[in-house]
Formats: sequence, structure tokens, C-alpha cells
Amino acid sequence: MNVKQQDKLATGVLYTIASLIILVLASLLAFILIQGLPRVTWHFLTTPARSFEAGGGIGIQLFNSFYLLVLAMLISVPLSLGAGIYLSEYAKKNWLTSLIRTSIEILSSLPSVVVGLFGFLIFVIQFKFGFSILSGALVLTVFNLPLLTRNVEESLASISSMQREAGLALGLSRWETVTRIIVPEALPGITTGMILGAGRVFGEAAALIYTAGQSAPALDFTNWNPFYIASPLNPLRPAETLAVHIWKINSEGIMPDAVAVSAGASAVLIIAVLLFNLSARWFGQHLYQKMTSSGKKGA
Amino acid sequence: MATEKIITSKDVHLYYGEREALKGIDLDFMAHEITALIGPSGSGKSTYLRLLNRMNDLIPNIRITGDIRLHGQDIYAPATDIVQLRKEVGMVFQQPNPFPFSIYENVIYGLRLAGEKNKAVLDEVVESSLKAAAVWEETKDVLHQSALSLSGGQQQRVCIARVLAVKPAVILLDEPTSALDPISSSKIEQMLVNLKADYTIIMVTHNMQQAARSSDRTAFFLDGKLVEYSETAKFFTAPDRKESEDYISGRFG
Repeated sequence: MNVKQQDKLATGVLYTIASLIILVLASLLAFILIQGLPRVTWHFLTTPARSFEAGGGIGIQLFNSFYLLVLAMLISVPLSLGAGIYLSEYAKKNWLTSLIRTSIEILSSLPSVVVGLFGFLIFVIQFKFGFSILSGALVLTVFNLPLLTRNVEESLASISSMQREAGLALGLSRWETVTRIIVPEALPGITTGMILGAGRVFGEAAALIYTAGQSAPALDFTNWNPFYIASPLNPLRPAETLAVHIWKINSEGIMPDAVAVSAGASAVLIIAVLLFNLSARWFGQHLYQKMTSSGKKGA
Repeated sequence: MATEKIITSKDVHLYYGEREALKGIDLDFMAHEITALIGPSGSGKSTYLRLLNRMNDLIPNIRITGDIRLHGQDIYAPATDIVQLRKEVGMVFQQPNPFPFSIYENVIYGLRLAGEKNKAVLDEVVESSLKAAAVWEETKDVLHQSALSLSGGQQQRVCIARVLAVKPAVILLDEPTSALDPISSSKIEQMLVNLKADYTIIMVTHNMQQAARSSDRTAFFLDGKLVEYSETAKFFTAPDRKESEDYISGRFG
């Protein structure tokens, strides 16, 4: 076999592997969507679930998923930005920072069910937050923080050191250089990572079963006072999310249309996660073009 | 020609860990002149240049002794405001390093962060800086396009404009044209000569013709020492030291 034939063979093998991956993804998506989409109607998306009779929806679970996501991101985005900036721009190379990095790596490889049990013991029991949105958001932060921090650190580290020198040499302080030059330059990468992280959080079930709970009490969508017990915004109410709901109806659902509800909910979940992924790509590219080409703010 | 000393340095030593990279440099710079620092790679000229705006401070494990003064003020005194120092002593690097923002934003970035908001002032600074850096004609219609869309030579001139916009007294250039083609290089060289009425320029260069053509004084570094420092015309025609003569005639380095 000569070099050209080897090359052809290798290319063929690589194409086959690539198409296999695409095939798996495509058939998975097709299966879930074909099973689930017929069920997805406006009514399905907006009505509460029913435990014993057919015709229930996923309205509250859907709302819970988004609310929990927003709260979790509100906590983890600033923390991960701070930690990432520290590790990339300020931390010296010593045993302390390598300990921090190792901890982050270990944290990011913990199984989510373990993180969930930890959250149950600490937030639900110890801090007496109960099964609540707050416990769920905190445990999602624990789950998400290492990956986001890693993403911020790597996005910043990929900016050339010449840019830092340029900023400092212009008489900018280190803080100004980091916040006004390096972070803006890294923003497309950071944003993409954040959105992908959001997608991961949105689909998370195991960490939430013991923290945000498995029940979705009726909500009063006319009262948005966060201290009112049935308010959608109340952070101390239990909140079953979409992913947890799918797990629950498949393991102990007793409504007659459990299979259909599960299929519909799965379709909605997967569409949401897909939207997060696609928007991450689009948004990252868009932001990069905006940052680098056209004149921005007031120019 | 003015002969006021703007920067003085006495017995400057610099150590990377154990290694002594600068071995006692005495060197004074005259205001409104172009001084060229030449010498083979590793001779310490870039290291010395980066002492003058304290860019070496970022390097771990470094030790600096001696006395460097700008306008008579010790720039390594504990009370020195490094940020302020770097506003007075600007720097242009070997590789053009514009920020990935628009040309306009690149030029005014320093001023904007210093709090200048008046658009008329900013517009004026953009125009005058780009004109002084000899890149206005090429950029005036595309000010709001990315600086990265420019050629390397244009990028480097925008970087110089960015430094000029902060109005430093001294501009340090670390091999500013070594990554550029000859035409861009000569444009920058010509521009530097025009700038010396308003600025003091100190330039590291590997290009002997460039040093000979554009500088007023030349300092020759070898192995961490300053071998010879004299007026450029004299240095290139009748150097005092044998090493200088060997170097400019291409016998080593």
C-alpha cells in the first residue's frame, strides 16, 4: 500500500467515525422529537401537571427550570468571573494556586448525584432551606462553578500577553488592563461558555432531586411578591424542574398518559438545550464580530 | 539641538535570578533626540529599554540595582506611581499589538479610561495622533473599522498613534520595524524623525542603517555592558572602540 492509498484509507476511516457520531445524534434527536412533538401544544406548555388523570401539562416545571436557571446563573456567573480573573491574571504560580486548580478539577468531575446529596445535607438540612429553589440554585452553582471558572480562566489565558503589555505600557493600571482590554477581548469565549453552562444546568436532574424537590405545588401567576408562598418567584418553595419531572413520571408516574407526557417533556427539554447550544455559537460569533470590527459605544 | 538630559541612569545592574543581564550601565538621554540602542541579540539592550518604563517589573525573580531618573526623579523610588510613569514614558513593541477594537477606539483608549468624554476633544486627538503617526490618510475613512483589518505597517503606526494620544514625554520603541516590510519601515523611520520636535525617542533596533539614518546618538551594547555611546555620525564613521568597529562592519553579531 503506498502513501496515497494510506491517506485515502485514513480519510475514509475518519469520515466513517464522524458520520457514526452524527448518525447517533440524529437518530436520538429524531426519535425524541417524533415521539414527543405531537404532544407539545400551547396547552401542554402552560398547564400544570396532573398526578392521577390524563391531560396534564408541564407549565410549572418549565417555569421552574427557567427560574432556577436564572437564579443559579446569577450566583455562579459573578463568582466564576472573579475566580477565573484571579486565576488567570493575578494568581502567582505556587502551591496555593495549584491547590485551587486541583480542587476545581476534582469538583468538576464529581458525579452530580453526589453533589446533589451534598446539597441535601448542607442546604436542605443544615441551613434549613428545605426542598426549595434556593437549595437547588446553590447546588447547581456548586455543580456549574468549576466548569465556568475553567472556561473564564482559559478564555482569558488565550488572549496574547502582548495585549497586557500594550495596556500597561499605555499607563493603564493592571485592573483597567484586565477589565477594559482583556475581559472584553475574551468576552465572546466567556459568553459561549456561560450559555453552554446554562444548557447543562437546564438539563440537570440528579443534583436537583434532593434539593429543589420533586413536587411542583400550584403557583399563583397573578401574585409576583417573592414572599408570598404560592408566588412563582418565592425562592423557598419546592420546585420540580422539567428534567426532574421526566425522571419522576418515568419512575413512579401513575397518570394514564405518563408515557406521552414524558415524551413531550423530553422533546421540550431537548429543544431548549439545543437552543442554548445553537445560540451560544451564534452569540459568540456575533459578539466577536461586534467587538472586533464595527465601532462600538459612542464612537 | 537641545542638550537637556531627560533620562539619566547610573550603574544599572539587572539580574534574572543568578544571571547578571546588565552589568553596570551608565547612560543619559537628551531631550528631543532620537537615541538608537544597538547590539547583538542577548546584549541587554531590550532589557535596558524596558527598565525605563518599568515593564520588567512583571518578570518574576528579577533584581534591579542602580539609579534611573526621569526629569531628576528616581523612577524606582518606592513612592513612584508606575501608572503615571508609563503615561510619561510610552512604549511601542516589536509586534504590532493593536487592541481588537476599532481604529478610533484604539487611539483614544487611554484617554477614555482617563475620563475624557468630550467627543470633540476625542475626535481631535484621534486626528492629530493619526496624522503625527503618518497613518491618517489611510485610515480617516475607516476609523470605525477594526484595527486588525489594517496591514502590519499600518497597525504599527496606529499603535504609535495610540501612544502619542496619551502625550508622553518619552517614547520607547523596541525594534518597531523588525516585523515590517521595508516600505512600512521607512515610513515609520521618517515619522520618528518628524516626531522628535515634540518627543524624546529611544529605539532598540537591529537594523544598522536605520540607526545610522535616523538617530542622533547611538549606544552600543555587548554582553550586558555599554561599550560605546556617542553621536551617531561619529559612531558609524570613527568609533572609539574596536568592538564597535567590528560590529558595524559586520564582523560579528
